[in-house]
This record gives sequence, C-alpha cells and structure tokens, in this order.
Amino acid sequence: MTVKQEWAMTPPTVTAIIDGIRVTVPPGTLIIRAAESIGIEIPRFCDHPLLEPAGACRQCLVEIAEPGPDGKLRPYLKPQTSCSMVLTEGMVVRTQVTSKVAERAQRGIMELLLINHPLDCPVCDKGGECPLQNQAMTTGQADSRFTEAKRTFEKPLTLSTEILLDRERCILCQRCTRFSDQISGDPFIELQERGARSQVGAFDPEVLDFDGYAPTGLAAEDESGRPFSSYFSGNTIQICPVGALTSAGYRFRARPFDLVASPSIAGHDSSGSAIAIEHRRGKVLRVLAGNDPEVNEEWITDKDRFAFPWSSLDDRITRPLVRGEDGELREATWPEALARAADGLREAVSGARSKGVGVLPGGRVTLEDAYAYQKFARVVLGTNDVDARSRIAGDEEEAFLGSRVAGSGLGVTFADLEAAPVVALIGFEPEDEGGVVFLRLRKARGRQKVFTFAPFVSRGNAKLDATLVPTVPGLEGAALDSIRRGSGTVGDVFDGLSQEGAVLVVGERLAGVPGGFTAAVALADRTGARLAWIPRRAGERGAVEAGALPGLLPGGSSAQSAEAREGVARVWGVSGLPLAPGRAAYDILGLASSGGLSGLVVGGLTLSDLPKTLANGIAKAPFLVSLEVRLSDVTAHADVVFPVAPSSEKAGTFVNWEGRLRPFTAALQTSALSDHRVLDMLAREMGVTLGTPTVEAVTAELARIPIDDSLRPPPPSASGPSAAEAARRAKATTLATWHALIDQGSLQDGEPFLAGTARVPVARMSPATVAALGIEGRVLKVSGPGRGTISLPLAVTPGMVDGVVWLPMNSPGSTVARTLGVAHGDTVSVKGSES
Amino acid sequence: MTALTPVLSSRWAEPRSWTLETYESGGGYVALAKALKSAPADVIRVVKDSGLRGRGGAGFATAAKWGYLPPDDGGPRYLVVNADESEPGTCKDVPLLMASPHLLLEGLVIAAYATGVRQAFIYLRGEVVHVHRRLLQALDEARAKGYLGRNILGSGLDLEVTLHAGAGAYICGEETALLSSLEGYRGQPRLRPPYPAVSGLYSRPTIINNVETIASLPGILGRGAAWFASMGTRDAKGHAFFSLSGHVNRPGQYEAPFGITLRELIQAAGGMRPGRRLKFWTPGGSSSELLTVKHLDVPLDHESVGAVGSQLGTRGIQVFDDTACVVRAVARWTDFYRHESCGKCTPCREGTFWLTQVLDRIEKGKGTRADLDRLLETCTSIRGRSLCALGDGATMTIVSSLEHFKAEYAAHIDGHGCPFDPRQTALFSSPGAKEADA
Ligand SMILES: Cc1cc2nc3c(=O)[nH]c(=O)nc-3n(C[C@H](O)[C@H](O)[C@H](O)COP(=O)(O)O)c2cc1C
Ligand code: SF4
Ligand code: SF4
Ligand code: FES
Repeated sequence: MTVKQEWAMTPPTVTAIIDGIRVTVPPGTLIIRAAESIGIEIPRFCDHPLLEPAGACRQCLVEIAEPGPDGKLRPYLKPQTSCSMVLTEGMVVRTQVTSKVAERAQRGIMELLLINHPLDCPVCDKGGECPLQNQAMTTGQADSRFTEAKRTFEKPLTLSTEILLDRERCILCQRCTRFSDQISGDPFIELQERGARSQVGAFDPEVLDFDGYAPTGLAAEDESGRPFSSYFSGNTIQICPVGALTSAGYRFRARPFDLVASPSIAGHDSSGSAIAIEHRRGKVLRVLAGNDPEVNEEWITDKDRFAFPWSSLDDRITRPLVRGEDGELREATWPEALARAADGLREAVSGARSKGVGVLPGGRVTLEDAYAYQKFARVVLGTNDVDARSRIAGDEEEAFLGSRVAGSGLGVTFADLEAAPVVALIGFEPEDEGGVVFLRLRKARGRQKVFTFAPFVSRGNAKLDATLVPTVPGLEGAALDSIRRGSGTVGDVFDGLSQEGAVLVVGERLAGVPGGFTAAVALADRTGARLAWIPRRAGERGAVEAGALPGLLPGGSSAQSAEAREGVARVWGVSGLPLAPGRAAYDILGLASSGGLSGLVVGGLTLSDLPKTLANGIAKAPFLVSLEVRLSDVTAHADVVFPVAPSSEKAGTFVNWEGRLRPFTAALQTSALSDHRVLDMLAREMGVTLGTPTVEAVTAELARIPIDDSLRPPPPSASGPSAAEAARRAKATTLATWHALIDQGSLQDGEPFLAGTARVPVARMSPATVAALGIEGRVLKVSGPGRGTISLPLAVTPGMVDGVVWLPMNSPGSTVARTLGVAHGDTVSVKGSES
Repeated sequence: MTALTPVLSSRWAEPRSWTLETYESGGGYVALAKALKSAPADVIRVVKDSGLRGRGGAGFATAAKWGYLPPDDGGPRYLVVNADESEPGTCKDVPLLMASPHLLLEGLVIAAYATGVRQAFIYLRGEVVHVHRRLLQALDEARAKGYLGRNILGSGLDLEVTLHAGAGAYICGEETALLSSLEGYRGQPRLRPPYPAVSGLYSRPTIINNVETIASLPGILGRGAAWFASMGTRDAKGHAFFSLSGHVNRPGQYEAPFGITLRELIQAAGGMRPGRRLKFWTPGGSSSELLTVKHLDVPLDHESVGAVGSQLGTRGIQVFDDTACVVRAVARWTDFYRHESCGKCTPCREGTFWLTQVLDRIEKGKGTRADLDRLLETCTSIRGRSLCALGDGATMTIVSSLEHFKAEYAAHIDGHGCPFDPRQTALFSSPGAKEADA
C-alpha cells in the first residue's frame, strides 16, 4: 500500500544517456524529444509533435543500446528512428553528434531525399524557412552525384481552390495526410500510387486513373465542386517541411525573409487562437498559426488563416465621413466629424423630443472597445441600452451570462474539454461555430463520449463520433429537461454528465430558445457537469466581462442593483448610473425601426444576419453614428462615420470563451484608431471624460471595478414553450440553422479562394418528412413570414428529426434572416421543385 | 547424399489431389482430431518440441512467436496466413495450395485451437485466381464436413476463415503491410512496436504465419515432434521446400530436410544444362546475397548460409549458369524492387529509383567506374536504414555481385556493353538462337 502511495507522489521518470549526457524525462518520451530537452537537435522531416510517428523519412536515425534482462547493454543491429522510439531506462543513445553510423545514415538519407527534389529554392515559397533547405545547407553535400533525370509531375495540382500542390517538391513525409486523418478527420488528401511515383493527392479521378462513380453526394462537396473540402486545410501548408503545398493567395507573392511577423490573436471566432500576421510594407501577406499549447496548439481554421484581405479592400474607410446637405456622405476632418456627431447625439439625448440613443458595439469588439462602448452609453448617453450581442439574445441569456459567466475568470478550458470523459453540446456545432474547439474535441476521440442535442448529426459531429440526442429546434429546453437517470440515450447522457469532469457546452443559438438556458443550468446542476459557454464571435466574452450588455455592469454585477451601480459610479467618478433597464440589441433595433429611438451609435454590426424588419431600424434611426472599418450597409445610413482599426492595426484584448485574456498589439502601424479611442474623443467633444484613450487606461480602470458575486443577476428562470405550443410545432415544419464556418460573413470578403472551399449549401430534411410533405424535385423552396424564398438543393438526410428543415444561416443563396425573416426554431413552409 | 523428404508434397501426384476426399483417404484431418483431444498448451508444446521455424523467410521459431500473444482478455485475436508469395524465385506456397489446400486448412484449425483464435484470414496473392477458386472450394468442403465453423469435430471449437485476395503487391507479404491491406488501407508497413502479436489486425493480438509453416502442423501433430525433429540440422529442423528455378534440367519444388546442399539439390533436379557450369545462385530468393560455385556444399540451413554471408530466406533458389550476365540479372531484380517499393520511406523509395538507373546505364555500357562506388554507397544508405526489409532486400544482390563479380561490371564499363549473349541464357530453345549459334 505504502509503496503505491509513494509512486503516486513522485512522478515516475526514465533516466538514460544521450551522447554521453544524462537525461531524465517522463516515461513515454520519444528519444527525439528527450534529445531536444538537452539541446541535441536530431534532424527530422516527418516527425511532428502533434502527429503520431510515421517513421517515414528516416532522417532521424540514431544508434541505440538498451540494457537486457541481465542488465548488460545490447546494441541494436541497425540505427533506429528516434522520432518513433521511446526512451527507456538505462538506454544509451548516440546521435549524429557522437556516432559515425548515425551520421552516415543521416547523410545517406539527406542525399536520397534530394535526388528527386527540384532544388528550385530560389522560386519556392518555402525558400528561407524550409526545413529541407536548412538541413541540406547545414549537413548536405555541396554537389549532387545524381546525374539522371529527376522525377517530374505536372504542376501544380489543385487540391482545392485554396491549396495547391507541387508534387515534385514533396518528400512524402505524410505530415499533411496524417494531419487530415488524425487531426481534422477530413479525407481531404491521401497518398496515391506507389514507390517513386508515390504522391499526395485529393480524390482526383485522373491521378487515380479512376472513372465511374463519384465518392460522395453534393452535400459533401465544396463550392468549387470538389469533394472532401476541409476547414483546416491550411495547416497542411504550414507543417509541410518543403514548399510542396502552397496557398493560392500567397503563392509566389513573397519571400519569408522579407516579411515581418507580428504575433497576434485571431478574430474570427471566440477561441482566441494565437496567430502570426506576416506583412511587408504595410500589407498583410499571410497569417500563420502561432504555437499556443494551451489554446490552439499549432492549428487554426482556414478562416483564421486566409480571411484577412477584407480590411484592405477598396471600401476601407480612412477618413471620417459626414452626411452633407445633399444627403451624400463626404469626407470630413476629425474635428468636423466629431463636432457633428457630438451635436447630433446631444440633440438625440437631450433634445425636446428625445427618445434616447441606443448603442450596438457588435460582437467583434475587443475587451477595451466593449468597455468604452458601454461606458459611453451609461455615462455620456445616460442609457443602459447597450448590447454587443448583434444576434438573437434575450434576458434569459443575459441572466445566464451574469450569473454564470461574467467575472468568473478562467472556467472550463481547452485542456478541460480535451480531458472531459463526456461532452454534451447544445446549440453549438463545434466544427462550424467553434473552429479549433472542434480539433480539441476530435483529439479526445476514442477517450471521450460526445452527445449533441441537435436535429441531426452534422458532418463535424460525425467526425467526433457524436451520439445524437434528437432535438427539435426551439424545443432544446424540453430536450435538456428530459435528461434523467434512466435507460436509453436520455439515461446515457445523464450518467455521462454525472461523471467527474463532464462538460455541457452551450452555444449562442440557445439564446433564441425560451427556457433553453434555464434548462441548461438546471441540467448542469442536476448532474454536476461543468458549463462552458462558447459563443461564435471573438468579442462576445469580452463584452460580457466589460458590461456591454444592457443588464450587466462591468465585472458581472447587475445593472439593476443599486449597490453595484454605486460601486461602478465611484470608480468612474460620476454621480450615478442610469436606472432604467436596458434593452437587448434586437429590441433596440426594433424600437428604432418603429421610430422609438432618437439615435444609434453602432460599431461593427453586420446587417445580413438580421431580419429585414430589424435591419430597418438602422435606416430609421434619426441620427446614426457609425464606427466602421469599411463602408457597409450601416455606414450607408449613417450621419457620421468614424474610421476605426481592424484588429491587425490596433492593440487590445480578446477574451476567449475560456475566459482567457488574449492581449495583442498592432501588427501594422497605421493611423487607424481603436473604437475606444474614438469614443473617448467623441465623449470629450461632448464634454465628458470617458477615460478610455488607451488600452492601458482601460485595463487600469477595469482592474478597479469591484467584483462582488452577491451583486450578480439571479440565474435564468424562464419556461419553455407551452405544451400547446410544443404540440403546434410538432405539426409544423421547424427551421434549424446555423452559420457554416466558411460562408458569406463580411470578414471573408476579398478571398475567393477560401470561398471556393465552403461547403455547398443544401437544405436538409429527413426522408420521412420529405415523404410526408410529398416533396418532389431536387430543390427545396423554403419560405417564412418575410417575402423571400430560399431555394437550395435538397439533401435528404437519414436519421434527421422529422418535421425539421435545415438551412445554412448565411451562405450563398441562403441568407436565412434577411430573406426569410426567421430564426432557428421558427416555423417555415417548404415545397419541392425541379429547379 | 541427403534424401528428399516429400511430406507436404507427398500426395501431389494423386488424381484430384486437392479434394477433401483424396485428402481424407490419405489420413487427412486425423491429426486435427488428435490435436483437439489434447489441451491447447499441449499442442503448443509439441510445436515447440518439433523445433518448427517460420517458413516465410525470417525463420523465426513458430511456438515462440505464438508465445508473444498476450493472455486472453476475452476480445478477439486473429490468425493470418500469409499466402502473398511474391519473392522472386519463391514458388512453393502456390503449388502447395493448388495441390493440397486442405493441408493448410487442417494446419490452420490446429494453430487456431492452440492460440485461442476464432477468426482466421488467408491473405492470398491477388494474381493467382485459380488458387483462390481452389481455396474457396476447399473451405466449402471443410465447412460442410464440420472441419470449420461451429463446434469443430464436437470439440466446442468455433473457427471462421476469411479468404482475402490481395491486389498483387510484393510489399503486402510483409506482415504489417499485409495487415494494413487486409484492413482496407494502403499496403504500407507499420512502425513496430507495437508488434502484431500485441496489436495487429484491427489493433488486436494477431499471429501471422506463412502457408508452409501452417501446413507443416498436421504432420507434426500427427506423427509427433520427434519425427519432425529427426530431419534437418541442430537449429533448423524438419522438412522444407527448396524451390529450384533457372538453369537446371528439372526446375521445381524439392522437399528436403534442412542441411541439404545445393550440389545435392542440383543432382535431384537432373543437373545443370548440358555443358554448362554453375555461376551464381540465390539461396533465399532475390532478397539474399548471391552465392557462387564455392558454396555448392554449404548446408542449406539458416545458420550455415548466414555464416557464408547470405540468408536462407524463402529457399527460393535461382540457379544461373555461365551464360548468365550477373549485371543483367541484378538490374532486373533491382527493377523489381523499384517497382514494388511501397514508397513510404526515403531510402527504399528514392534509393531503388536511383540504383535502377545506374545499373541500367552500366548494363548498356554507359557506366563509369565511379558508378560502382555509387552503387555500393547507395546500398549502404539503404540497407538497415529502411522501414521494412524490402529496402534491405533490394541491396543484397547488388552488394554481393559486386563482391564476387566486380570484374564483370568492369567489363561492361570498359567494353561499353554487355559481353554476354542473352539468347544463350534463355531457357527455351529458340530456333533463332540456334541459327545465330551456327
Ligand atoms: C517485402 C517482404 C515480403 C514478404 N513476403 C512474404 C510472403 O509473400 N509470404 C510470407 O509468408 N512471408 C513474407 N514475408 C515475411 C513476413 O513478413 C513474415 O515474416 C512471415 O509471413 C512470417 O511467417 P512465418 O513466421 O511463418 O515465417 C515478407 C517479408 C517482406 C519484408
Ligand atoms: S506535401 Fe509536404 S507535408 Fe505533404 S507529404 Fe509532401 S512534403 Fe510532406
Ligand atoms: S523499405 Fe520500401 S517497401 Fe519497406 S516501407 Fe520503405 S519504401 Fe516501403
Ligand atoms: S523524423 Fe523520424 S523517420 Fe522521419
């Protein structure tokens, strides 16, 4: 017994000798890593710390001797690959540093790797950062003894619109194919042919000499019509140890040594992935994944990697704009624009017929920007009508965020997600809405059970081997409530979530479901599962922390609490905060569209995600101030437009879904200003000191905001749809919808190569529903209360919940909110058609 | 003079030797009945006592290999028969399966019984469609007679056998590549560890044995370990096929005890072609170092052949007389390895690609002396550095031929061409060749 306990206390280690140096590492450490830990770099190509060993390139050969049962050292007859062998107790390893055999073996491999390599480094994208080039320069021979003809291929092979492959450069290390298989789980590329004709390829009937059937249906194709698209394909370029894989956007554009790399944080989702923005003379040329083991490891989504041109398109705003007498926007000086905005807002707030001004920062703000917006609303405009959630959001979600999320610091982490024995997902699609969250869950595949409360198992969830908890959109609350001790899936979910470390993930879509958050909290409490809220947009968690929600003050206390208001007012040095309860973004817009507001201050808001009736609020607002990077359908209606910086051009902090602060500095030095700075200037123009001129100022002030758990809003307690309503829905056709990772989002503008890798938009329905509704034809026409109709190819989806139709939220030909005026869980009508 | 010991081939000449009826009439499946009466551990002991070593090339002790299986954990474990036979010069398993498929099946049930296997696979070389049909037929017969399926011979043993045809790749005979192929993946070798005995097919404990290995079991169980061990040498016991091909008068399968010599085998095969002398030969297919006339009396067992710098391998003995050009032979073998390289690892994929081109150049009289060093150095870069033994195999005939016949390489280079007449080497008597002679 005691022996066992001692074991538990001192973590076991392994001690061995590498090149005469004693090294102690945890058991299971590969020789190549153990050598690294004492500064011995064994050359390698196929080895990658996040991929399973392949032993393919053979570059890392070392000599090894291991003690036998009698304790005597037994040398291995042949050199062994250090990337695949684990260091064991008493092992004696001799690398190229001390072993002639290892050195000769490595030299031989290097020569053979180069015989068929084109050595076109001067025109290769990888030249200057190429492991093959570097190792050839340091250890290779100066001249080639290979005088025969090199292997050639037609170049390049188009794997997708984004990824190109020059096969002659490929050294067949299998990193890219192992990534596709082990990490992203997409059958995107595979090895084909054999021997010296071995090559990497996508499903290419020509290469495969294959003709006959297509491997998958329309729904598995990408926009360009190729099968097997991947949301993570760009990672293969980065891990390719040669320049075989390139991206259409970057190919032949730059040399790595001409680029300046600035570490930053990705702004396309709430994961806060570490990235490096690489630029030259003020222009971003590419984005690479940063290495952050706690967050994104070494991976990012293709959206994070490729969707950066949007901020340098022609419609970029560089100078303030004001609307002239003629009704047209014209450029203005900062002082003029500030004066115009100040006048208009002053009038809107305190004029004779003032109905107040609402503030909509948008969901992509930094923590500092969000803080400035809400303080501007509360201090300058005297209102709680501020909401960064430019999507369906209500009081129930806010109660959840206030009681469970805001000010809670680091909660469930990526590591916790990976370690969780059971993860249940509700209103959340990891691959489409979570990006690298999906990769973390997939990493745990085999060790983890995933349940998804959804109408069908999406392709992403199928890759997680997720079990479906069949859920009608809009009735998620009932589905959560049904989870009880018992048999069947319901019992399995209960037992699963009751396990130590289990996590219940809730996504932003739950906000549109009455009773949803209430049921989620109750389920978590009932089972002991931890709750993780994973919103879609980068700024959402920060906005919660900053109090950029109508009912929440910075630090998570309730705006309805007098004590909380006093505490914040003290820090702000103001006499008091507004009393009237604030309204959520949709209500603010609704009010504006019915003429109930005198003005709006709007940040990065995308109207395409809003139903037309609400988008009208922007047009109807008597006075509109817009802070934008590019001209948009908001600036089109604005009276004053202030140019603001995209995240690559400013400093700030994203708070990712874990609650982790992800500070970043400006990658590009431009004159563009952050929202918080513009708001600070505008406030000053209106005679108020906002105190948000710099990130540092905001950070210092935030640190002084009191956090008091007793002042939080009460937990959500809303009831779901009534039984009668549920019964009505059961007869109707209900819409399920979410954003595809790659869609028509405005931050993906200007990157056609990326757009080509988006999945083909389809409408999904179960076979029984298609039959029951008598749907005929290949196309499904979906309509709602709005005037428009969405027509998409019908993908009959076995196993889908009956009575449900699924559409992508904002993809080509499918702008659900704008065209149909409906949201997830609403009733729609459908009919079939041939075209 | 060592006598031949036809055991597995003893009934090949009988009419319809492949039928169950013929097989049973010669005492077939009696050994199985006997084995099923003893405990599995006792069967393993008999195999151990017999000294049976794997007949697939490496010569690993069969009972010891079975011993690496972890204790039964209640989950499945598999037995896979390697019938991919593709090594140049090796042609024993295919005729065995054509003539006596039930020998394999009987051995298979015995092996499964001994190792606790309930599902076995036969991985058959894809091109031999006739063998595939014959095996299917034999499986049907055996099932119908209760030698396969549920409760075999009332013993309570259940065994299913799945026959799988490969797609014609030499590499799929390598055991881990075979498993990948059997699982439906690319036929490429896997890293070891884990070893198949621990984590093989579908990540479950798996035994892989050669056809001949398994087919030897009925004899061993039927006639006893001592009978088997009475044949052969101290470390290589029993009977084995020696596949003779090339310039002997009666090429074919010669079943003999280990320790027989090439001289004896050539004699059994009716001698060399008239008027011709032995020049070089492979003791173990093309993946073994060439031997010469000097080695006519080397006992053909693993240890003795190893001692003269080659390997017994698969006993695929290819005999070449003095009309043969060693450069030409080596170039053809090397081209085989280039073609069969799976492409997974650098040394074999790139090395065979290069070696072929250099050998081709030398054969055509366009080589240089430096090419000879290049060959040797490239072989050094491959041998012992590749992921599997295919890469090693590619270098064997090159290095050994350069050792024994360097002058012949030099003659190609200095004489700007091949000094031999390939028509003389041809085994068929072509009229054209005669005319040219005259
Ligand atoms: C390239 C290569 C090809 C092989 N081909 C065969 C084969 O066709 N048949 C076979 O039995 N063993 C073959 N082997 C050997 C097998 O890997 C394995 O050692 C053998 O099947 C084990 O059976 P045994 O223990 O009964 O000899 C091959 C090995 C290599 C490296
Ligand atoms: S394309 Fe690059 S990553 Fe993929 S196998 Fe070739 S060298 Fe390796
Ligand atoms: S040695 Fe040849 S056959 Fe074996 S793994 Fe390497 S490339 Fe494939
Ligand atoms: S790095 Fe070890 S084999 Fe490639």
